[in-house]
Amino acid sequence: MAAHGTVVLRVCRALVGVQDADDVWQETFLAALRAYPESGGIRNREAWLVTIARNKSMDHHRRAGRLPVPSGNAQAPLAVAWTATAGAVAAAAGGDDVVRALEAGEDAAMVWSAVALLPEKQRLAVIYHHLAGLRHAEVAGLLGNSEAAARRAASDGLKALRVQLLGQDREQP
Amino acid sequence: MIANRELPSELLPLAVDEDGAVARLRAALPAAAAAAGLVDVAYRVVDSPVGQLLLAGTEVGLVRVAFSREGHDAVLAALATTVSPRILRAPSRLDAAARELDEYFGGRRHSFDLPLDFRLANGFRREVLAHLPEIGYGHTASYAAVAALTSSPRAVRAVGTACARNPLPLVLPCHRVIRSDGSQGAYLGGPDAKALLLALEAAPQP
Repeated sequence: MAAHGTVVLRVCRALVGVQDADDVWQETFLAALRAYPESGGIRNREAWLVTIARNKSMDHHRRAGRLPVPSGNAQAPLAVAWTATAGAVAAAAGGDDVVRALEAGEDAAMVWSAVALLPEKQRLAVIYHHLAGLRHAEVAGLLGNSEAAARRAASDGLKALRVQLLGQDREQP
Repeated sequence: MIANRELPSELLPLAVDEDGAVARLRAALPAAAAAAGLVDVAYRVVDSPVGQLLLAGTEVGLVRVAFSREGHDAVLAALATTVSPRILRAPSRLDAAARELDEYFGGRRHSFDLPLDFRLANGFRREVLAHLPEIGYGHTASYAAVAALTSSPRAVRAVGTACARNPLPLVLPCHRVIRSDGSQGAYLGGPDAKALLLALEAAPQP
């Protein structure tokens, strides 16, 4: 089960942000352990864990009294929050590591904010399919749409993301 | 787990610090799970002169010691089926077992003083295993001699089976059980491991 730690972390970071993702990651695995003896019939453990991570992320937003999903115009505050995290990571390191971590953190923050700008279904399809590696049929189960629609949303979402990122690059001096 | 090469290039920057973050989260999980009463089997892997050993323990005590040739993944999968799927790598829960084995391989320990969980052996096998510690350090006994200690003194072959399926080798010294003709006989850790253990116990003490 721990082999899926990376996939679950990606989903948590995408759904609640890098800073809160660690807590949701742990809640996800504790919930999975709690459910384990009754989960013998689970065919795809990874999709099952991603579903738990999704539910725990929604719980997290509900507790925080926030909207369950970042809306399109949330780009600026999200980008600020993620860059601040990268800065903190960089400050904790030293010398060249600071520069490298800061640059890597800025690149990641840029991609996260571009993901946050995508329309809801595309954003989730990109997260579940391209980032977490679930199959389109499993994504459709999470999104409540058809496999064809999930496939289209993942593909359109990635295209839109590419355009987003090219636009951001051009804005940089 | 999906590899980074499967990530679309647009998403690659998101993966930069993942490995460190996941390692940190995994390291913290056993304590949180134990606090929530969710770890039924804790395990760790230790190095030894007979190769890597998997140690697994329950709330009762040490439940499994496995040689690498048994396939640690297969052993963990079997524990998930027979004991509980709530298995986590939690090294600190097996500190005592790791320390006593280390002392044993260093020639400083002649018997183990660990709580044991015998649940993986039932009936006659369990009876045989319970008698194994009566064969002292540096001594050997034949399968027939061990059978004579049990309620079925003629069940020599069953003693062989019990030793071959010993869930707690080293701690329950099935390596001290040899054939009546004096030859070593088989060992679940392999013939080389058995020879090494018998030589270790025959060596002059430091």
